[in-house]
This record gives sequence, C-alpha cells and structure tokens, in this order.
Amino acid sequence: MSVYDLLVGPFAEFEFMRRALVGVFALAIGAGPVGAFLMLRRMSLTGDAMAHAILPGAALGFLFSGLNLYAMTVGGIAAGLLVAVGAGVIARATELKEDASMAAFYLISLALGVMIVSLKGSNVDLLHVLFGTVLGLDDPTLILVAGIATLTLVTLAIIWRPLVLECVDPTFLASVSRAGGPSHIAFLALVVLNLVGGFHALGTLLSVGLMMLPAATARFWVRDLTPLVALATCIAFASGAIGLLVSYHFGAPSGPAIILVAGAAYAVSVLIGPAGGIVTARVQRRHLEA
Amino acid sequence: MSTPIQLRFRDLTLGYERHPAVHHLDGAVEEGALLAVCGPNGAGKSTLMKAISGALRPLGGAIERCGLDSRDIAYLPQGAEVDRSFPISVYDLVAMGLWRRAGLFGGIGKGNHARIADAIAAVGLTGFERRPIGTLSGGQMQRTLFARLLLQDARLILLDEPFNALDAKTVSDLLDLVRRWHGEKRTVLAVLHDFELVRAHFPQTLLLARGPVAWGPTAEVLAPDNLLLARRMTEAPQDGAAPCSAAA
Repeated sequence: MSVYDLLVGPFAEFEFMRRALVGVFALAIGAGPVGAFLMLRRMSLTGDAMAHAILPGAALGFLFSGLNLYAMTVGGIAAGLLVAVGAGVIARATELKEDASMAAFYLISLALGVMIVSLKGSNVDLLHVLFGTVLGLDDPTLILVAGIATLTLVTLAIIWRPLVLECVDPTFLASVSRAGGPSHIAFLALVVLNLVGGFHALGTLLSVGLMMLPAATARFWVRDLTPLVALATCIAFASGAIGLLVSYHFGAPSGPAIILVAGAAYAVSVLIGPAGGIVTARVQRRHLEA
Repeated sequence: MSTPIQLRFRDLTLGYERHPAVHHLDGAVEEGALLAVCGPNGAGKSTLMKAISGALRPLGGAIERCGLDSRDIAYLPQGAEVDRSFPISVYDLVAMGLWRRAGLFGGIGKGNHARIADAIAAVGLTGFERRPIGTLSGGQMQRTLFARLLLQDARLILLDEPFNALDAKTVSDLLDLVRRWHGEKRTVLAVLHDFELVRAHFPQTLLLARGPVAWGPTAEVLAPDNLLLARRMTEAPQDGAAPCSAAA
C-alpha cells in the first residue's frame, strides 16, 4: 500500500470522507480556541458538564421532530445556554463557585434527558445523538458547523482582550472595564454553540473531547497564548483527519477514533512535551550560564 | 491658597454582611498627597482601599471622589490575584495598563509600544519582555505590576501592601516610582506596615484601627501612645451585635 493509498486515497475516492474532513476542519477552527480558553479559565469540567446538558435539549427536539437537524440543534442550544447562563449567573450572584452550580444544573438536565428519552424509547436513533455521525454529514449540517466556526472566530476577536484579562487578573479588569461579565457570558454561549456543532459529528458525549484534548496537548508544547490557540486548532484538525483515516482503514467507529487520536497526542505530550512534560522535566540537561 | 481635595470620607462605614470593618471615618485627602495607611491586621486598611477603588459599596456614609472617574483610579490589591500559570508574557501583561487608551479594540500604536518599553525599563525589567509571567520571581512580578500601574497614568493610585516580602533593592526601586508619582502631583495611598519606611518617605499617615486613631503628619501620628491605642483594637465581629447607635 502506497503512501497515497494510506493518506489521500480514502478522501479522493469517497465523498463522505471529504465531507467528514471538511466537517472536522470546521469543528477544529471553533473547538481549538474555545478549548484553549476553557482550559486556561479552569473550566474544563464545565465544558464537560455543558456537553452533557445538551443531551436533553437535543432529545427533546428528537422527541418532537425525529432526527431533524434544526429541531435537535435548537433544542441543544436552548438547553446548553440555559445551563451555561443559569450557572454563570448563579456563580456571579451567590457565593457558590461556578463548578458547583454547573454540576447542579447539569445533573438536573441530564436526569431530565434520560426521562425524555425513556418516554420515546427508541434507543437506536439515540445512539446518533450520543455518538454522532461524522461520516454522514449532509449539506445543512456542514453549513451549520461552518457557520458556528465563523461566528466563533468573529466573537473571539471582539471579546479577546477582556477574556484574556479576566483569566490573568480579574480584579484589574473589574477596575478598568465592565466588559468582564458580558464577555464571560458571550464565551459561554460560544462553548454551547461549538458543543452543539460538535454533537452532530461526534455526539454529545465526545464533542467536548475535540476541545479539551488538543488544548491540553498544546499546553505541553508552547508557553504563550497565541501559539497555544493556533497549535490547539492544528492538533484538533490533525486528530480529526488522522482519526478518519484510522476509522477508514481499520473499520473502526469514526467519532471514538478521532478522540482516541487526540488522546494519543495528549499522552505523548504529557510525557515528552518540551513545556513541562513528565520525562522532559526529569532529564537533566546542563544548566546555562545565566 | 489651599490644595483641592481629592477624596473625602463622610461618616464612612465599611464592612461585610453588616459587620463593620471600618467604622465612622471622616476626613479628606488632598490632591497630590502621599499618604500611608497603617494599623494592625484586621484594622480595615485593605477594606478601605477596596472601597475607594469602587469595588466595595459602603455600609454607611459616603466616599466622594472629587472629579475622579473610575478610570482615574489605579488599584494594586494586596497579593494581586494574578494567575501566574496563564501563558502570557511580561510585555503583554504590562501592556494591559493601556486599557484606558486602547480599550477593547484600539490598536497599540508605535507611541504606545515606546511607552510600554519605557515602563518596563523604569522598573528595571528590560530584557524580560518575552518571559512568561510564570517564570518571574516575586520581586520581578511586583515590578511588572508597577510597570502596568505606570501605564495606567492614574491620578489616584492605591497600593495595598506593595512592598511585602520584597528585598531592600526592590523596595527602594519601587519607592523611587512612588516618589516620581508624588512629584507628578498624583495622589498616592499606600497600606504599609514598616514604620521606618513610612517615617522616611510618607509625609502623611492615617492610623486606622477600625475607627481612625490619628490622621495627619506622619511624625505626630506614629507617636507611641497612638500606636498603643491602635494595638488595643480587638473588636472581633460579634454575631449578636446590636445595630450601631452612632449610625444616623
């Protein structure tokens, strides 16, 4: 088997592979930066919680309209935003930390999701919601995912400074600007949108993986924000492309394959990443003059 | 000719959940004053700074910030809550001091890049621009935050224990900046514990022990009987405390 057959052939030959590739590219563009900020804001678990919270919304859309893209998207966004904004507001208005309020909200919405699912009881279709269909992306879904990526980049360009500053020095931001609150909420909305975009391809349970794993991986290679975001995006896309190839050649399910490739990149980086990898940190190199 | 007033406290009471930390403070700070705020731990010094910066609403009374907009006030909190693990360089952190000029989107033009370089040079950190803040020592971090203060170009500067845990060289370098601000007629309030330093560099002192113990020229305020008075302050917040009768 030639290198061409290994890497290019599947995409050249099959349209569903090309669509999947475009899909993971669009997902990576949004998920890379959003994941990086989730990690830097110590909200990795929040992202995970929100991904679970999308399930009942999508299930509700499914309950009324079947496997309809728009119904499930609207349901997912509504549920996700409700959880994100609700938890954010409670965290800001009360003494309860964000992780605690997030956990409260997501447990409620997850239980609700299970309840709704059991009302209808068609578990086969629900596998679609849980694990996505990256190999079955149709035009409307691709346009939706690409639209979310575009909106993400534009919004991040607007809220970049307050978002960064609120991570580094929130007291200082509060003393110079009132942009902290609104930019935080806009960011949470972006998280929800990208998770909903991701769930069509990877499912509600794995879509957060394309955010968190590349961001955490990139952290072991660079020490500055801009390269971190760029690298996370590249790793997300590379994981998507390689994951698709793995799934093609080995007949493995594509969503888990993509996340496992990202997971492998993470595992390698934890060990030998130059910015604080476990092995790297243990290897004694001669110290410098100054 | 009298100097205009910059800050005026009118029967100011500050605290948390109705328990006062600063009780019935009256007085005024003149424009361009260099005022040390001293007192035992728990005397309400940090609370006072927070309230002046606008981050804490008074329980009673008022703070008048005469002609000052919130952006004219620069506040360096005690052990500033900077996330040192965030991947950002010294240069970018200092540049945040330009928020007032650049805002959300404004570009940082050539003139501002020169300003940032000047501020970094003024705190003696030239050469550290690209270093991630996570690699700085405590003293270097405090120098970085002072560089940011320089760029903020504020008329009122609030420093909460700015010299804690710093070596003599760093303290003296940062004190030079404080004196420079004083020379530029900016108003500087600093919470300090080192009486020697206060006597040497701060013309005026407010000795606080929940209520004001003394306020005026440093030599008079830091007299032994005043300090003894301040040390006696042990009013812990009491659960069953009655509403204050002195409140209007």
